[in-house]
Amino acid sequence: MYTLKRTLANGIKYAALLLGAFVALLPIVVILFASLKTKAEYATTSPLTPPVNWLNWANYAKAFVNGNMLTGFVNTAFILIISIIGATLTGSMIAYILNRFKFKGKSLMLGAFLLATLIPGVTTQVSTFQIINKLELFNTPWAAILLYLGTDIIAVYIFLQFLDSIAVALDESAMLDGASYLTIYWRIILPLLKPAIVTVIIIKGVNIYNDFYTPFLYMPKTSLQVISTALFKFKGPYGSQWEVISAGIIIAIIPTLIAFLALQKYIYNGFAQGSVK
Amino acid sequence: MFKFSNLSYSKQRLAIIAAFSFIPLALLVTFAYLPVINMFKYSFSDWNGYSKRLEYVGFENYIKIFTDPEYFSVFKVSLYYFVATFVQMGLALYFATILSFQTWFKNVFKGILFFPSLMNGVAIGFIFLFFFKPDGTLDTLLQALGLGSYIKLWLGNPEIINISLAGTSIWRYMGFNFIVFLGAISSISSDLYEASDMDGANRWHQFRYIILPSIKRILQLNLILAISGAISAFDIPYIMTGGSNGSKTFVIQTIDVAFKYSKVGLASAMAVILLLIVIVVTLLQRLLIRGEED
Repeated sequence: MYTLKRTLANGIKYAALLLGAFVALLPIVVILFASLKTKAEYATTSPLTPPVNWLNWANYAKAFVNGNMLTGFVNTAFILIISIIGATLTGSMIAYILNRFKFKGKSLMLGAFLLATLIPGVTTQVSTFQIINKLELFNTPWAAILLYLGTDIIAVYIFLQFLDSIAVALDESAMLDGASYLTIYWRIILPLLKPAIVTVIIIKGVNIYNDFYTPFLYMPKTSLQVISTALFKFKGPYGSQWEVISAGIIIAIIPTLIAFLALQKYIYNGFAQGSVK
Repeated sequence: MFKFSNLSYSKQRLAIIAAFSFIPLALLVTFAYLPVINMFKYSFSDWNGYSKRLEYVGFENYIKIFTDPEYFSVFKVSLYYFVATFVQMGLALYFATILSFQTWFKNVFKGILFFPSLMNGVAIGFIFLFFFKPDGTLDTLLQALGLGSYIKLWLGNPEIINISLAGTSIWRYMGFNFIVFLGAISSISSDLYEASDMDGANRWHQFRYIILPSIKRILQLNLILAISGAISAFDIPYIMTGGSNGSKTFVIQTIDVAFKYSKVGLASAMAVILLLIVIVVTLLQRLLIRGEED
């Protein structure tokens, strides 16, 4: 009776897992199929039919060139790199002083960062837009970079949490050797924060790469389009050419897939840590 | 020559506190607090976003939102996303629990279930446009299974469009909840399972009396994110339908009112309401957690 129940439970478990995997993969796999079909083949075959020629890259070339995806990748990379370096520096700097020093206004500062997490970014977009406009940053990449740096406080949290586990004794022994606070931050704290930095890079990286509305609202100029907005533009001219759109979709997903496969271990840890707060 | 390290530690301390907090604080004020203050200010005006003067109109914008069904009805759409998040969390919890125990191809399943939540939002929007379009993936699949009579206009029928979109949102975010639950469950000591095994507990007992209590806080945190997520749903419906056929969410409405119709005052009032809802829900949740800990 007991073993029967366990076998049954096991059966249900694998059935559920297979069904879950099927549901997760099917929508992506049919897009991969469509992206490798010729126009005529796409028109006559069902979405579930695999392509005849698995090496038909014509749609990819068309999507990449006509969709200006290279510009998209260059702009995304530029924004991504500057924002991540900035977020790592500003986040670790503020976390360092908040964690290591006692000073007037400290709890106020900490509270201000905490309270800001309560404000969902999308709600304030209307008036944030006016500020970006007044700073004359509309239609420049700096609009996105500043917004990614300023509105995201997750980095500060992750660093604060991590700094707790770095012994203050390390700072003190460095001070006995005459190290300045700047040296302590740069030579001791920052290197020890490496796991936290990896976490921040992954979480911010995923958010920035996938963000749609910041570039869409603040940088509508074609030369400034990122991967998200470049892909969104396929909706117009290629509205019915699903084989080309599909290729564009796969091109946009490939970097994520590569990063995921390479960083799996860190990604799992990072997401679990980042959301626990 | 001046050298920072020659200063006394107390002077260094002052300098470093000022230097290290300046940029983060400036960003925080400019992009988190100033927008909120301005938003409140605009919400009492009829400003269009570019004229030099703004005329204050009192509570007119707020009254309009709560009395005009065109503005208020978008909250109904949020309900679909709200219900969907419960389905999403249930699935995430189930998969996290079974994958916490010995399973064949554990990491493969983990990866497949989690990957969608890392994907680009626009890509997901397109993938599901293809999925739901007439003769698309879903229709073909139903046909193949002999369920052709259930085929509907998934994105054209106002009665089901929000179910289709909420389903897409489950597909997109389930993996995120799943990985968070998995992390929380993996921090439970294995001694507890072994002890309960000896006491003759089955998997359900272990889930109910060991796993569930240990991840209660994460569960509550996810619930909160779910509620504010439901109210601020934007990407998926905007990319897929642009808000047509009755799929307009509160945020799409706000952005349309502000940028398409240049009614920044009215849009700000909507955003203030959205913000207040999110804050009330969050505070309620904090109070609930505190109440239980006492």
